[in-house]
Amino acid sequence: MPKITYIEHDGTKHTVEGELGSTVMETALRNNVASIVAECGGSCTCATCLVHVDEKWFSVVGPPSAEEEEQLDAAFEVKPTSRLSCQIKVTEALDGLVVHTPAYQGR
Amino acid sequence: MSETIKTDVLIIGAGPVGLFAVFELGLLDIKAHLVDILDKVGGQCAELYPEKPIYDIPGIPFITGHGLTDALMQQIKPFHPTFHLGEMVTTLEKIGEPLFRLRTDAGKTFEVKCVVIAAGGGSFQPKRPPIQGIEPYEEKSVFYAVRKMDAFRGKRLLIVGGGDSALDWTLNLQPIAKRLTLVHRRDEFRGAPDSVNKMRALVAAGGMDLKIGQVTALEGGDGKLTACSIKGSDGAASRIEVDAMLPFFGLTMKLGPVADWGLRMEDELIPADTAAFETNSPGLFAIGDINTYPGKLKLILSGFHEAALMAQKAHRYVYPEKKLVFQYTTSSTSLQKKLGVA
Repeated sequence: MPKITYIEHDGTKHTVEGELGSTVMETALRNNVASIVAECGGSCTCATCLVHVDEKWFSVVGPPSAEEEEQLDAAFEVKPTSRLSCQIKVTEALDGLVVHTPAYQGR
Repeated sequence: MSETIKTDVLIIGAGPVGLFAVFELGLLDIKAHLVDILDKVGGQCAELYPEKPIYDIPGIPFITGHGLTDALMQQIKPFHPTFHLGEMVTTLEKIGEPLFRLRTDAGKTFEVKCVVIAAGGGSFQPKRPPIQGIEPYEEKSVFYAVRKMDAFRGKRLLIVGGGDSALDWTLNLQPIAKRLTLVHRRDEFRGAPDSVNKMRALVAAGGMDLKIGQVTALEGGDGKLTACSIKGSDGAASRIEVDAMLPFFGLTMKLGPVADWGLRMEDELIPADTAAFETNSPGLFAIGDINTYPGKLKLILSGFHEAALMAQKAHRYVYPEKKLVFQYTTSSTSLQKKLGVA
């Protein structure tokens, strides 16, 4: 199964196994990555599961959809590599993925 | 301020579970008022996923949050519930056995025999931007809502955001502001196209400023804002002098005043018994996502079940001398009359 590493703003690192077909948000919740809130449960409507995709990985993960880009307007400190983790599906190609989680998701 | 509203039950939260509680109470001749901080009914179904499908409502293979809200509103229509929307219950005190007095932030007072807390994940409140040192300015020169437009007359205003709230207030306040600047992280707006066009026309005519970037720091003192620093999306830093800032980043759920009502709480949830979903205070019930008990599942269907059992117990408080006879809507003429179908 693909390994995903979450690096929290204070440097705490979680390297966990992601289930194919689930999302980077769901994988974070299952593994107690506290800085992912996911208030809406993965509906792309709350912008509280923001991650900054590691620069090296952004081209693999790809840019947000138009719908997701609109939701990013409700997030804070959005960077060019920011994504909502509920909109990133776990695939074999993401084995080794590194994402950085923000200190604050709006709540 | 206004006279006290006296009724049987006050339901806090007009999400799906609060709405269905009206139905279950109504079948037992118990009248209900509902208070919700949102300006619409439906709770999370309306605010977070109006267009997203829900697949686990029994007997309904597929329905959207909006669809479920509409269906529930139709279902409870025979019971004529009264809604108090855009209001938050701020205080709750026990004044009898049981009798409760509650107040809202809009100055209303209720006296009710039972209270049903169906507040889900808490109250939807504006997201606060993570700008260092913003707290002392809040409600003094940083505002998350406009209560009186006139308070902004002749002021230099900074509005932040790209949705309808940011655009609507930009268009409404621009004529009375001394100068208005809109800041958004990208040069595209998700608000209504007509509002976007009007805003762009104002910018083109020199009636207001538009900056693409993010607010990074505030200047001022004693709650009085004097300037904001902005980091442009091109990396360029700028500084503009302002008297007030209005950030619009949408809503998030916060527990809110419930925590101050003297209820036993566990991890921001209200423990309830599983026979009637009553809290440690008799006559005070908690149903839906806000309660907890062994085996609790945060599902709408669980909330519906909790509402039905809650109503049975509430009947004892509202009609202490009446014996409750359990009836089915399929066969009971008396229930069908209440529903307006017999």
